[in-house]
Amino acid sequence: MRTTSLILSRKNLALFLPLAGLSLILLVFTLVRFTKGLGAVTNLSDAFPWGLWVGFDVVCGVALAAGGFILTGIVYLFNSERYKPVLRPAILTAFLGYLLVCLGLMYDLGKPWNIWHPLVMWNPHSVMFEVAWCVMLYTTVLALEFGSIVAEAMNWKKLVMAFHAVAVPLVLAGVLLSTLHQSSLGSLFLIVPQKLHPLWYSSLLPLNFWLSAVAVGFATVILESYTTSKLMKRGLELELLIDLGRFLWLALVVYLTVRLQDMALRGALSHVLDGGLESTAFLIEMSLFASALILLTIRRTHASKLGLFFAALFALLGVVMNRLNVSIIGLVSDSGVKYFPSWGEIVITATLTAMGFTIFFILVRFLPIFPPDEGHPNHVPTAAKH
Amino acid sequence: MKTYGLLVDFTACIGCKACMETCKEVNRLPGGLSDELNAENYSVVKQQGDLYYRQMCMHCLTPSCVSVCPVGALEKTSAGPVNYDGSKCMGCRYCMVACPFNVPRYEWDKAAPVVRKCIMCIDRLAEGKEPACAWVCPMGATRFGERDRLLEIAHARIKKYPDRYVDHVYGEHEVGGTSVLMLSSVPFADLGFRSGLPHEALPELTWTVLRKIPNIVFTTGIILGGVWWVINRRMELDRENHKSDSE
Ligand code: SF4
Ligand code: SF4
Repeated sequence: MRTTSLILSRKNLALFLPLAGLSLILLVFTLVRFTKGLGAVTNLSDAFPWGLWVGFDVVCGVALAAGGFILTGIVYLFNSERYKPVLRPAILTAFLGYLLVCLGLMYDLGKPWNIWHPLVMWNPHSVMFEVAWCVMLYTTVLALEFGSIVAEAMNWKKLVMAFHAVAVPLVLAGVLLSTLHQSSLGSLFLIVPQKLHPLWYSSLLPLNFWLSAVAVGFATVILESYTTSKLMKRGLELELLIDLGRFLWLALVVYLTVRLQDMALRGALSHVLDGGLESTAFLIEMSLFASALILLTIRRTHASKLGLFFAALFALLGVVMNRLNVSIIGLVSDSGVKYFPSWGEIVITATLTAMGFTIFFILVRFLPIFPPDEGHPNHVPTAAKH
Repeated sequence: MKTYGLLVDFTACIGCKACMETCKEVNRLPGGLSDELNAENYSVVKQQGDLYYRQMCMHCLTPSCVSVCPVGALEKTSAGPVNYDGSKCMGCRYCMVACPFNVPRYEWDKAAPVVRKCIMCIDRLAEGKEPACAWVCPMGATRFGERDRLLEIAHARIKKYPDRYVDHVYGEHEVGGTSVLMLSSVPFADLGFRSGLPHEALPELTWTVLRKIPNIVFTTGIILGGVWWVINRRMELDRENHKSDSE
């Protein structure tokens, strides 16, 4: 184990002070939120009942966790050992992502203490019922998958063996739950054909959400590997990243083909150059995807670390933009009000996200998330040594 | 069981707002009368030119709000009213997003908020009384009765006074029909009512997808499990071959 001096080092202090400040602000907003109600901290209203917390914290948060089911699926179900080095960071991100979603829901639900109600009060006709069950079950699966990493780090042999025995069924359950969850977030909007702008409303919403989740899954893994390698000065598995880039390219091509085809068939392409808020938002979304595709196609960039980094970043931002478009921007014009998130909404979302990132980078130091990097000259043995 | 509803004839309304006042009393809603639906006003009387008209929950025959509520806090009763149980509600506000008529309101300033909307005086109905607004209306502009009967009346009025009404009973076909029906002298769209709604109930859009889920889970599960088994078996065989080769 590493010594505790690391916690108290100057560098960490520099990290903890702003974090402490943020936590204080978070505390204030939280107090107001839970004593004075949603209206006191948000710009939500009867005309616009879902805002940033649903659109970003939940709908995008789940997308950003997609790396988990993609990588566990590849490594365990398709038995591809090659991708093992990036498996654990993907699991950790997914786990933290889902914890954030749960936390975000605590703020957004009017009566969060009733969050367990879907367990006993059933309505299988409701997409939200499906979403609720997926959140609960998949968070449990991720907790177990994450638990197996902890068990290994702590060298709890019996637990490790137990996890090993159930790994495949657990992963299978995780992939199925993710598939359902990602697609159901799209299905949420099937019931509002008159409200959601035709650029996004489609009976294929669930499929679109699932396909974009696959793309974003590859993108997050590339981004994590790159950033962690920069921050922690580890070697980077370039060959592996190039292959992930190829998958990302393929996922994007399939996703965009399905979407544009569907738009053409629905006659929605005519809205693309409408001018207003929606067509601008749509064009931003598409430019992000296009940039990612271009970077992944050009020979020089698709095989370079930086090129892959930006391709993944654009793909991720594209998916985020898409989900915000579906859950917020595409609903604005029908609502008749101009919703923009309040400071309270933005601060709480930003703080929760920042905390997620911080916890990620702290855990990466103390748990065997990334494999020991033998080739690297500065390589320090990690806690994972048995 | 018979299914009941309300018929609101805008042309008969004189804008006295007695319905709004009695609604407040019956439902013990605080605050004053408002121009827009809110957590303290389940129903409003609005004015456009000489015409007064009401806005309230339409009590859809196949309500979106009921279909989307994850905990079944909203329920369509066979008598007609769409009821709400705040103790079940967890406040996801999906009902507000989904309602095609933008009816449900929320208590944005409460620490333990609930959804607010007209429940067609369901308790009064149980006692054999009619909803308070229909009971109090001096002009009979809001009338309670069996939905089929109200539809007949509505069409008869349109037929008898074609100059007075637009030929449209709002709620007859909208999203599969609603228990509340409305008659007007100007097109409903001009009064801010959503027009061009499909005649099919909206929950069907979701259900076509949701009902496929067991199938998707089963098929994907089998396929993925199968792929795992095949690959795993091959690798095992490979390993065994290697062993026997080296022996
Ligand atoms: S009008 Fe809206 S709130 Fe009323 S029953 Fe229909 S969907 Fe529900
Ligand atoms: S806000 Fe309450 S009543 Fe409305 S859908 Fe959510 S749980 Fe149901």
